Amino acid sequence: MTEQIFTKEIIESRYSESINGPGGQVKLSRRSFVQLLGTGLLITVTQGVSLGQRSRGSSGRSITVAARVHINSDGTIDVMTGKVEEGQGSRAQLTQAAAEELRVDVDKIHLLMSDSDLTPDDGRTAGSRTTPSTVPAVRQGAATARELLTRLAGTQWNLKPETLDVRDGTITHKTTRKKLTYADLAKSKDVAVLFKNPVSSEAALTPVEKWQTMGTSVPRPNNRDIVTGAHRYPSDIVQPNMLYGKILRPPSYGATLESIDLSKAKSMKDVVVVHDGQFVGLAAPSSFRAAQALEAVAGTATWKTVPQPSSREIFSYLKEHASTGDRSRPRTKGSTDEALANAEKVLSETYNVAYIQHTPMEPRAAVAEWNDGKLTVWAGVDGPHQVKGDLVRALGVSSEQVRVIVPDMGSGFGGKHSGEAAEEAARLAKAAGRPVSVRWTRAEEFTWAYFRPAAVIECKGGLDNKGSLIAWDFTSINPGSSAIDTPYNIANTKILSAGSDSPLRQGAYRCLAATANNFARESFMDELAAAAGTDPLAFRLAHLDNERIRTVLETVARHFDWPGRKKKVTPETGVGLACGTEKNSVVAACVEVGIDRKRGEIKVHEVCEAFECGPIQNPANLTSQVQGCIIMGLGGALREAMEFENGKILNAGFAGYLVPRFKDVPKIDVHLINNTNIPSAGGGETPIIAIAPAIGNAVFAATGIRLRSMPMINALRSQL
Amino acid sequence: MDAKINLIVNDEKRTVVTDPERPLLDVLREELHLTGTKYGCGEGRCGACTVLIDGRRILSCVTSVAMADNKKITTIEGLSDVDSLHPVQQAFLDEGAIQCGYCTSGMILAAAALLEENPRPTDEQIAEWMNVNICRCNGYTKILKAIRRAAAQIKEVKVS
Repeated sequence: MTEQIFTKEIIESRYSESINGPGGQVKLSRRSFVQLLGTGLLITVTQGVSLGQRSRGSSGRSITVAARVHINSDGTIDVMTGKVEEGQGSRAQLTQAAAEELRVDVDKIHLLMSDSDLTPDDGRTAGSRTTPSTVPAVRQGAATARELLTRLAGTQWNLKPETLDVRDGTITHKTTRKKLTYADLAKSKDVAVLFKNPVSSEAALTPVEKWQTMGTSVPRPNNRDIVTGAHRYPSDIVQPNMLYGKILRPPSYGATLESIDLSKAKSMKDVVVVHDGQFVGLAAPSSFRAAQALEAVAGTATWKTVPQPSSREIFSYLKEHASTGDRSRPRTKGSTDEALANAEKVLSETYNVAYIQHTPMEPRAAVAEWNDGKLTVWAGVDGPHQVKGDLVRALGVSSEQVRVIVPDMGSGFGGKHSGEAAEEAARLAKAAGRPVSVRWTRAEEFTWAYFRPAAVIECKGGLDNKGSLIAWDFTSINPGSSAIDTPYNIANTKILSAGSDSPLRQGAYRCLAATANNFARESFMDELAAAAGTDPLAFRLAHLDNERIRTVLETVARHFDWPGRKKKVTPETGVGLACGTEKNSVVAACVEVGIDRKRGEIKVHEVCEAFECGPIQNPANLTSQVQGCIIMGLGGALREAMEFENGKILNAGFAGYLVPRFKDVPKIDVHLINNTNIPSAGGGETPIIAIAPAIGNAVFAATGIRLRSMPMINALRSQL
Repeated sequence: MDAKINLIVNDEKRTVVTDPERPLLDVLREELHLTGTKYGCGEGRCGACTVLIDGRRILSCVTSVAMADNKKITTIEGLSDVDSLHPVQQAFLDEGAIQCGYCTSGMILAAAALLEENPRPTDEQIAEWMNVNICRCNGYTKILKAIRRAAAQIKEVKVS
């Protein structure tokens, strides 16, 4: 479902549709190109070949070793990946993966990331896929390189590869102790020939118990550049002779430009004006000047507007517009309707989740430069190859004419799949004949970036006379299907993910629909536990066969002292718990909240969370990701909500849209479980899904008030 | 009308001729190419644009360049010399208090200003002071640890 949402909402070209018509496809030619990297070898990256992310199974064709690994004659190694570093730790993690399999120190690895001309297409940086897909792809490439180099040494010495040992980038014959380094071998032409071989799926990967580098807390390799301000984010890129661009935005969603008088801007010195259909952009030597030029003409625009629903009526609107019929068949097990009819007790409740914005600290930004008909764009996007494809279609140019580079960027949380700023900068740069930087303002990012979908979720549950859950009917409207299936053992289930006609542009978000679906499910499980007269932990465990979820739940309950803390609940202080699974990882959380009825406030005092995503590849980074999910989760749970009316966002700034701040940080206690029996899964998303329901359940435990709408402070105030 | 503005940025005299109403942030980034100072919100509510003026923290996105005329400005690029980092910078590295790092410059400068004013802050004082600065990756936990570590470090340095 995540992918479906992207397809429907994100792969759209806002300006190009009016020019080229929707669906205009530019055939991507398959080609290869060469690029000299460092000293020594030629790198060949073939487009259209399979990628980590696409080849989730074993069917994907392999890229060449040279496309993934390049050995320099000074002993350093370039490793290429199309993944983006946006704060989730992929640069360290992929560096570790390559170092592990090449048997070298991490500081020998130079990881070249996210450049559509130089790095393979590893898919978008999304869906927690770096760990399960790209890490194995990089390891496989590095292990193949190691085996090829070992074999080459063996050939040169006329010795069998089994008699050779590889350590610290040096191949040693076990008995004679003679040595050859990777750097020595890189000087021969044989390596270039060998590296034209495809990455082998047979190359032996280091088993978890023998990991030397993976499994350790390797810091972000370029962290010193971060603390000194030297790193250039997409919004920091400066090209000689560069201009700064501003774009005319409609006054409301769905508004179309009818006319505009651009003469004032055109008369301004050094200002470039572009008007092409619905696109009006201006570029000037400073962003201040560009903003002045925009201000001079914006008032002359006339717009045709269309009616738009408001956030006050959004949940009834989504329900009324829910897709029904053949496209919305529920997944069923047993006879849910019958079981509900025969149940001792039936509960039926509806949960709502508001639209929220990602608000990455760095808003969308891009610098575009045309040189001899070739466009180079430095952009803050989640997928250089994907945005390149968007630009090819939007601008009507060939694939060879576009290069997209993504410098390590200022976060995204799933919000930067689309390359609007890249396209805007490209259009302005083309007209100006000079490089142009387009950096969205915070208000633009709040208004024109896509949102996490709002949700309406209808739940019905039936208990038998022993208090066991025998029927489960779950209809989730609009957020998507991730984590929609119940992990609980229930004989009769009916589960439906229904689309709707979202009035706001919506798309991916950290764990996307899983937060909404888990909020509804875990809150409703709490309601059912209360109806059954059973402790919420015991009720869950009684219906759980999934050993991994049981483990995190029991771990967190033990560390939090669930039984003891439950006894101390007062009308002002409550405890709650929740668990869940998504993206092949499992999470459980216990929280303590304080409730101030007079002020209508909920203060989260403490969050204890246990998380397991297979073998831990970088403990410090995983801890950061879990802590980050917990605190980010507080925002959507308590306060964050887009307010809109007549197609206008009413709170497009940090004054009206309240994200978590230092004073909101609770005591956080994270327990990571290192499960080495399964492959590693990603850990940057799922830890968010247990927070909201645990808070809601804690508020109920204290007050008896059930909060069925996120954000819950708004829900609490409406019930006091 | 453009005006001539004299700035002392990271101990270096810089003169710019520009609209005096232009935000200091824009001048630092676009004229002086000191891009370590970030745009985050443009209305002084996120702290990404924090710089020090005469040692005190200032939100450069809501400060006109005219207000910085003849003032001593420290940006992240000037907080330390090439060889040795400021204790707060070092503490951010030691604690791994960096995720995407876009808020980091502002966080470090805000923390440096805090420790200058109050070398032994309590956790509550740190949270109160730092509440201006937003991190969206939500590295607050490790940032707080880094500031505590830097405070201890500065204390040790002063004692020795």
